Amino acid sequence: MTRDPAEFVLGASRIVRRPRWGRWLAATLLVAILAWIGWSFAHGQIHWPTVGRFFTAPAILSGLANTVLMAFCAMVVGIVLGTVFAVMYLSPNPVMQGTALFYIWFFRGTPLLLQLLIWFNLALVFPTIGIPGLVEFRTVDVITPFVATLLGLGMNQGAYTAEVVRAGILSVDRGQIEAAQSVGMTRLTALRRIVLPQAMRVIIPPVGNEAVSMVKLTSVASVIQYAEILRNAQTIYYANARTIELLIVAAIWYLAVVTVLQVGQHFLEKHFSRGYAARRPAKPAGDVR
Amino acid sequence: MSAILPMLVARDVRKNFGPLAAVDGISLDVVPGEVVCAIGPSGSGKSTFLRCINQLEKIDGGAIWVDGELAGFRRQGDALHELSDAQIARQRLACGMVFQRFNLFQHLTALQNVTEGPVTVLKRDRREATDEAMALLERVGLAEKRDAYPSELSGGQQQRVAIARALAMRPRLMLFDEPTSALDPELVGEVLAVMRDLAKGGMTMVVVTHELGFAREVAGRVAFLDKGRLVELGTSEDVLLRPSHPRTRDFVAAVLR
Repeated sequence: MTRDPAEFVLGASRIVRRPRWGRWLAATLLVAILAWIGWSFAHGQIHWPTVGRFFTAPAILSGLANTVLMAFCAMVVGIVLGTVFAVMYLSPNPVMQGTALFYIWFFRGTPLLLQLLIWFNLALVFPTIGIPGLVEFRTVDVITPFVATLLGLGMNQGAYTAEVVRAGILSVDRGQIEAAQSVGMTRLTALRRIVLPQAMRVIIPPVGNEAVSMVKLTSVASVIQYAEILRNAQTIYYANARTIELLIVAAIWYLAVVTVLQVGQHFLEKHFSRGYAARRPAKPAGDVR
Repeated sequence: MSAILPMLVARDVRKNFGPLAAVDGISLDVVPGEVVCAIGPSGSGKSTFLRCINQLEKIDGGAIWVDGELAGFRRQGDALHELSDAQIARQRLACGMVFQRFNLFQHLTALQNVTEGPVTVLKRDRREATDEAMALLERVGLAEKRDAYPSELSGGQQQRVAIARALAMRPRLMLFDEPTSALDPELVGEVLAVMRDLAKGGMTMVVVTHELGFAREVAGRVAFLDKGRLVELGTSEDVLLRPSHPRTRDFVAAVLR
């Protein structure tokens, strides 16, 4: 006698999952490695109370504030410059295009450290800056470590962001611009109201990534005496020789700032993907579970 | 005696893409309230000609007047001065355009798509623009979809929103670029119904289409284009039922088969 095939339908029968040996093996291995690393740190030459004591030391906190302030300002400068130069790059005006091309070529083509040193030593080239006969300042007074770092990081970031913004603008369908023009928008209005808001969906993930880089990149500015967190940590351990402890303090703070940034990025991405949510609801293409 | 001034005058319009003469000397007058359908095989230049009227393409020869205004240039003596981006944008306000691929603003809801132009370009009060936009969405039967994003709408619904978006600018001339070609067959009817309504309301329309039934029913005149040239122009009966040119005859026969 044959049995009714309906008996074998999912839901009617008990399901026995196949064993996931690989997962158990990987988990066991991982736990072992983590335990070993944890044990090493607990028994190594690290004086944990010192980490705790310096975690909220005034010099560390002011360094942290300087790091966050610089990362924020440099990112703002970078995004503004990046957007301006991306739009110039895509402009039909050949002079604009050439200028953008040169800017990107120069600031992407030289090391950040070198650019910082040039800005910081600008006084060697121009002892005074200003508009001749109107206002003039001594360059050493204007180009403080803060200004030099801001110019260096911001201009450098702008060159990279310009390429990201350009890619974002190019990702928007040409029909969107034509539709905008057909309701009477000029090229610039169409860019501002229609193209850039849609380009943001493509721009935000890489810019978020670069904001994370920027937080850490500010540490380079320690070479031109900008008092960010890593430099202040160094100043302290030169005095008390608690090198690793202070480096750990700095590392924890960097991780904390970056974590906050990533949460912010998540919400920004959600905001700018409106209108696309219905079409791509479930999983990104790379997710092949 | 008052002569009716044409809404659209095209004289010997030419547009080249490299060596290809996409539009090769087309002349056409459209009077207010008239509906002209342009038909022809793909590559015949009918879409390009339509885009020239709206200055989405710069013409290489001839001239176009929309509602008496020379498109793209200012005449001074015997010289033509190119208009600025802003002046061309202002001229485009005379025309409403509906695209084959709808081109709704993807990041805006149906309602925002309709209010975007009036608020940003015409600087109209947002509340007033919203009321008017709702009336337009009502007219195309989509009032309940006001908060839907384009990606949540069917093709036919998107195209109706696109028509509402164009109408919100109160254009004097409506241009339709194959408005039903990208639609599933069962959605064509709802878009054509909106267009038929619009024609009945006295809107001046130039429609590039493959829907010969629609052309037969709604168009005052039908233009048959082939290889960038206007082959035949006449009443819809003449062109579609008694075509005088053999190329028109072949095309109509092939489409109706």
